[in-house]
Amino acid sequence: MQYHTPGSFDDAVELAANAEGITRFLAGGTDVLVQLRADIVTPDILIDVKKIAGVRDITREDGGWRIGVAVSGAEMSEHPLLQKEWPGVVEAMDLIGSTQVQGRATLVGNLCNGSPAADSVPAMIAAGAWVSVIGPDGTRKVPVEDIPTGPGQTSLAKGELINAVHLPERGANGGDAYLRFIPRTEMDIAVVGCAVNLRLDGDKISEARVVLGAVAPTVLLVEDAAAAIIGSTLDEAALEILAAAASAACNPIDDKRGTIKFRTHVAGVLAKRAAKIAYERAGASV
Amino acid sequence: MSMIHVTTNVNGDDVEFLCDPRETLLDVLRDKLALTGTKEGCGTGDCGACSVTVDDRLVCSCLMLGAEAEGKSVTTVEGIADGENLHPLQEKFIEYAALQCGICTPGILVATKALLEKNPDPTETQVRYWLAGNLCRCTGYDKIIRAVMDTAADMRKAS
Ligand SMILES: Cc1cc2nc3c(=O)[nH]c(=O)nc-3n(C[C@H](O)[C@H](O)[C@H](O)COP(=O)(O)OP(=O)(O)OC[C@H]3O[C@@H](n4cnc5c(N)ncnc54)[C@H](O)[C@@H]3O)c2cc1C
Ligand code: FES
Ligand code: FES
Repeated sequence: MQYHTPGSFDDAVELAANAEGITRFLAGGTDVLVQLRADIVTPDILIDVKKIAGVRDITREDGGWRIGVAVSGAEMSEHPLLQKEWPGVVEAMDLIGSTQVQGRATLVGNLCNGSPAADSVPAMIAAGAWVSVIGPDGTRKVPVEDIPTGPGQTSLAKGELINAVHLPERGANGGDAYLRFIPRTEMDIAVVGCAVNLRLDGDKISEARVVLGAVAPTVLLVEDAAAAIIGSTLDEAALEILAAAASAACNPIDDKRGTIKFRTHVAGVLAKRAAKIAYERAGASV
Repeated sequence: MSMIHVTTNVNGDDVEFLCDPRETLLDVLRDKLALTGTKEGCGTGDCGACSVTVDDRLVCSCLMLGAEAEGKSVTTVEGIADGENLHPLQEKFIEYAALQCGICTPGILVATKALLEKNPDPTETQVRYWLAGNLCRCTGYDKIIRAVMDTAADMRKAS
């Protein structure tokens, strides 16, 4: 295994584009190192992105945020404004692993590892986050939902890597939330995850995005579930249609941690609960 | 396999070592620097026995490469005491018998020291969540939590 520490994204692209064999980028290493140690994936070339200038910064950008690819979960939770504007994204990231894992794990690593149960991914998609992807042909903007293509798979081409995560401007009367179900209280992988981001016009929901994790081969943006609550005041009837739409979108695996029936049911329950929290946060932000 | 030359600081001392790119910081600490206080439980980030701080941030040394330590400042359990004088947490762990086999203890000491530096007045719940990634198979955690709460109270009084 070769280990490289490029000083710029251009150098990282060049290394990745010319790499022969299995290539991995190293952000926090909390997936890469586990896979290396367990002999699941031993990269031929490992490209550490942490020496590139600016990768540890959280900065204002067009009223929203630009989060560098080496920013850890702990650094996100400690950022007072990010937490205030996008509590759902920050709480989703914060659920990942232990204090020790939080010291290293990143949003981009969580996204590019490609787990359907990745906690931060539904929250980023609900928020309307996008990533900038840099490669041999330049830089392109990609919505987060277009990155994972299946378990462990992404749409990134050879030589491409992500150079930042971008969160849109929060804007008025908005709120987001993420909830997951795990059999324990800490240190477990989501059996179902659900993120909701919405905006209010008075007490009516004017915009919404509902996203489910761990119930299909990729994270799902469920438009029917959003449609169920747009125009409503999140009354009981709207919540029931939301839950039914969330459950209907599920195509989960069946394993000892959750049967198909259980995961499908819980998706509806979490959608209702996350929507209520997001609604409350949106109201409180008025 | 080409070896990587790394210069870093461990417990206040500048050190240099050569490592294979696949070697973790845990391997380097134990096998190259003879700092065997840091333990390996799982090697996959689950147990926290390998906890160290890197630039004051608590991490699992089993989930970091030795090569990544270049230019960093690492603190292990060996760096907690001040010479012969034990850290208040170490004193309290003995007083409360907050350990049995002791394999989890170095990681828990490093982790709780990091907590008290960030939050000198944690609630019991905060201590328990902070230590969610430090597994102990012997004590049942109760004595550990009481030792930490009592240390925090003493340290607040002393400062
Ligand atoms: C004990 C433990 C508990 C965990 N608990 C959870 C949990 O509760 N929920 C959860 O979702 N995950 C969990 N994880 C998994 C892991 O911590 C997360 O997926 C984490 O966010 C990965 O981020 P990282 O920076 O460590 O990624 P790395 O391991 O550095 O990288 C992961 C992948 O992303 C790619 N990558 C990294 N940076 C880039 C880039 N800039 N461009 C393109 N590709 C890139 C790498 O090539 C690699 O394939 C846990 C892991 C451990 C060890
Ligand atoms: S040995 Fe590192 S967490 Fe268990
Ligand atoms: S004292 Fe034995 S594992 Fe904690």
